[in-house]
Amino acid sequence: MGKLTISLSPHVHSGDSVQNNMLNVIIALVPAALFSLYAFGVGAAVVMLTSVAACVFFEWAITRFILKAEPTVCDLSAALTGLLLGFNLPSNLPIWIIIIGALVAIGIGKMTFGGLGCNIFNPALVGRVFLLISFPVQMTTWPEAGQLGAYTDATTGATPLSVMTTAIKNGDASVLSQLPSSMDMLLGTYSQGGAGCLGEISALALLIGFAWMLLKKTITWHIPVSIICTVFVFAGLLHVANPVYANPFQVLFSGGLMLGAIFMATDYVSSPMSSKGQLIYGVAIGFLTVVIRNFGAYPEGMSFAILIMNAFTPLINNYCKPKRFGEVVKK
Amino acid sequence: MKTFRIGGVHPEENKLSADQPIKVAALPEVAVFPLGQHIGAPAKAVVAKGDKVKVGTMIAEAGGFVSAGIYSSVSGTVQKIDTVIDASGYRKPAIYIKVEGDEWEETIDRSEDLVKAADRPDLTPELIVEKIKNAGLVGMGGACFPVHVKLCPPPGAKAECVIINAVECEPYLTADHRLMLEKADQVLVGVDLIMKAVKVNKGYIGIEENKPDAIKLMTEKAQAYPNIEIVPLKTKYPQGGEKQLIDAVIRRQVPAPPAIPISVGAVVQNVGTAYAVYEAVMKNKPLFERIVTVTGKSLAQPSNFLARMGTPMSQLIEACGGLPSDTGKVIGGGPMMGKALMNIEVPICKGSSGVLIMNDKEAKRGKVSSCIRCAKCVSACPMGLEPFLLATVSAKANWEKAEAEDITSCIECGSCQFTCPSHRPLLDNIRIGKQTVMGIIRARNTK
Amino acid sequence: MNVILIAVIVLGAIGLLASLVLFFASKKFAVHEDPRIGQVSEVLPQANCGGCGFPGCSGFAAACVKAADGGSLEGKLCPVGGQPVMEKVAAILGLEAAAAEPKVAVVRCNGSCQNRPRIVEYDGAISCRVANATGAGETACQFGCLGCGDCVAACKFDAIHMNPETGLPEVDEEKCTACGACSKACPRNIIEIRPKGRVVKGSARRVWVDCVNKDKGPVAMKACNVSCIGCGKCVKVCKFEAITLENNLAYIDPEKCKACGQCVNACNVRHAIHATWEVPVPKPKTEDAPAAAPAAPKAEAAVAEAPKPAAEETPKAEA
Repeated sequence: MGKLTISLSPHVHSGDSVQNNMLNVIIALVPAALFSLYAFGVGAAVVMLTSVAACVFFEWAITRFILKAEPTVCDLSAALTGLLLGFNLPSNLPIWIIIIGALVAIGIGKMTFGGLGCNIFNPALVGRVFLLISFPVQMTTWPEAGQLGAYTDATTGATPLSVMTTAIKNGDASVLSQLPSSMDMLLGTYSQGGAGCLGEISALALLIGFAWMLLKKTITWHIPVSIICTVFVFAGLLHVANPVYANPFQVLFSGGLMLGAIFMATDYVSSPMSSKGQLIYGVAIGFLTVVIRNFGAYPEGMSFAILIMNAFTPLINNYCKPKRFGEVVKK
Repeated sequence: MKTFRIGGVHPEENKLSADQPIKVAALPEVAVFPLGQHIGAPAKAVVAKGDKVKVGTMIAEAGGFVSAGIYSSVSGTVQKIDTVIDASGYRKPAIYIKVEGDEWEETIDRSEDLVKAADRPDLTPELIVEKIKNAGLVGMGGACFPVHVKLCPPPGAKAECVIINAVECEPYLTADHRLMLEKADQVLVGVDLIMKAVKVNKGYIGIEENKPDAIKLMTEKAQAYPNIEIVPLKTKYPQGGEKQLIDAVIRRQVPAPPAIPISVGAVVQNVGTAYAVYEAVMKNKPLFERIVTVTGKSLAQPSNFLARMGTPMSQLIEACGGLPSDTGKVIGGGPMMGKALMNIEVPICKGSSGVLIMNDKEAKRGKVSSCIRCAKCVSACPMGLEPFLLATVSAKANWEKAEAEDITSCIECGSCQFTCPSHRPLLDNIRIGKQTVMGIIRARNTK
Repeated sequence: MNVILIAVIVLGAIGLLASLVLFFASKKFAVHEDPRIGQVSEVLPQANCGGCGFPGCSGFAAACVKAADGGSLEGKLCPVGGQPVMEKVAAILGLEAAAAEPKVAVVRCNGSCQNRPRIVEYDGAISCRVANATGAGETACQFGCLGCGDCVAACKFDAIHMNPETGLPEVDEEKCTACGACSKACPRNIIEIRPKGRVVKGSARRVWVDCVNKDKGPVAMKACNVSCIGCGKCVKVCKFEAITLENNLAYIDPEKCKACGQCVNACNVRHAIHATWEVPVPKPKTEDAPAAAPAAPKAEAAVAEAPKPAAEETPKAEA
């Protein structure tokens, strides 16, 4: 018999691991990934593969050569960041831009803060917003869905979001008739018009992923549900007040809203810890998104809203404590 | 199905010995009795080397009000008063008794006849508490708090009900489960006696739904006691925590320390204690034996034993087929809150509910990585605390912050560490922080 | 003209308003600071190194003033300015400067991997405090060093390090300021702050019992090869009554100890007494002192090179 081990309790573990959680998120992204392949073909494959490979490479290289620490790529967090970054890019984006995005996401968004667990902002969004500001033309021309063989040569078109912006700018509600129906937007079956980024096309595929993560208890419902409800209510009120604002279902299923609500805002590291804090965070993101979309310069507000609220996360954590045992008023 | 309202986890149950009847363990050759087997002041030895003792003879008297006497579980000669490594891993004073024969004190009623409370109208609450005190009874769930102290509510507090903890939420352990199946009548009389002692007429027995046979049997037997209600509870750890159990059964939450269960009118006792109360009051039998689950996946025959105190754990492990060669850890108690033992010669004490053997692989903790702030510990914490934060401030020795974040409310259940995907030693650090902060608070209060 | 007038009036009004706000703010939010803090700060080096354990020199000054109100500056030392600065600080605060005896941290455990066999394995947070709560530690000695390095983490001066070979911390005498942080961090109270001792030949001489095991002899003996078993030999040989025996453990009172080295020779079986210099072993009267041969020449050299202290020491030892 070897030496006995002594340690403090507990002596058993749930068997959960960081890798396992990241893997579950990646699995949850699979339906959306498949759908983007169906919609954009080669372009989607190139963008996703480049993004994942570049993120993993940069994380490995930085831990290995700069931090001289044990590489942490096995925890799959870099792969997940890469996949999410890819989902936030148009399918005709040149490879070199994607690589720059990955470098910013991993290098600046994550590793400068000390790696997984220490970053303040969602790395994939840091990468995306960097690209959006640096390469506004490439980042805001989206190819039309259905060109399976095309990559950078794909024909581009107007996305639902740009249609909505145009309607508001012109004060003309009839422009909105160019939008696909709510059901088409939910399923991602656009017959015409640019579709947007890779992962934004099918809300349904993203919702399937959400269900998977809830089932696996990877995330809780608080953030996605609070975002979606806030957007629905706020956009609904605007729509009722003035029909130049699109109907709330179309708002929900357009652009990166579902992707952001389900996958980006729920990033463990940059979201609040207590459920109360998560609700506040979600409501604020929903509100900011609608404000930026309808009254701001950019057609899409999800990324900015999430990044803004990421900055507030430490503050929310400080003030929103979970309800302590015994605080409940006796019934 | 009722359960507590905040947090909780569901570890693999692994109740390997659930269908093993209780076996009477053989007498040890030498029985060892550590003097500090309970919370509070250690007992004071009242025997000397060479003294002859019988089964049930007092060998150490209570060292204060919050303390309990210790009674010999064997007959024989006091060999020496020395030290022994107990479950804490430290060497503590202990009495060694060489076993000779098995002669019991005459006052102990060894018959199997069931004596009901109605048969003994002479029993006043004071007499019951006195008898419990004189039997050296402590909570049998593992915390080992002297029973008579809990049965004497502090001035101003009034007990409204007795809650019996029969949830046995620790994985692996089956001692309470077997006790209910085999001694249901005696347990119920014990509950009745505890209710009489604290002068209440409502008693609940909380049992988790993973023991359907026990729920069924106890419900049947409890028909004869209209004041005792069997409450089936959803299986969830740490339901056996005193505060969680009260919340689960009567929907009241005990406020943060210094409030105690009696503040919300509840007196909580373990089902093993109820049985010991029956034996102490009705049979004049002091606490010198208990049911111990000896279990583990690698063990040949996981079993439940009725073992005399002072029996070395190695003897019970031997009776289960011996210590497997790949043993990496031996735990006194359950896997969530038990203590890893330095060696297997540690004697069975009043609080030894189980002995758990783990192999090399199970014994090792996972590799620690950095906190990913997934908040799983926050959702798992049954006290509504933020374990990740408490562990960090404790490791950084920021005691003011730790106190402000209610570290003293921690019940050390281990749910946070159990659930942490990064395998962080959360509870290790929180324990140290809690101890230090409690020390600071005590120092401040005495000033 | 009008424009200029309006501009002047508006700006003047704003200026007046702002100055009023500032005036009231300075009254309302005035922070009263003990003037002594400023005085103390002035004599400090203003390096703001944090070496004293306080946030910068002003933090240290505030701490000194607070400590002075408590009556003593004990434990407060500016490692940069040293004793002269502390004397000035004491003068400002109207106190006697604390006795200037230099001290150093001493690790009272010699339970290296060879001396103390590991009997179990510890698995948990790398912290002595946690390990101490887990049990007696990896060895059978429940008093000795746990080796997780809480003292190393506590040291602000980089003066204490774990020796990977022995698994024990070692104090760097040059860097140690005797601030006592390591001693406080040690859950087993193994590290003691002791006077550096009399300097002979450029090195300070001090003697201490290199063990804190309070177990009875046989238990302590089994746990570790170099544990103090409380035999009391050292107590008997000490001419200055500096050694006491309590709970099976000898303790050398640094105030009474003259660093003669007699006890080190007396403890020739357990080797539990540590001296910072090579203690000359008396010429072998009996044959049970094999170590005498190599040590003796050095000892003679020591006497030759430093006759004064040796002369002082010898008569006392013989008295």
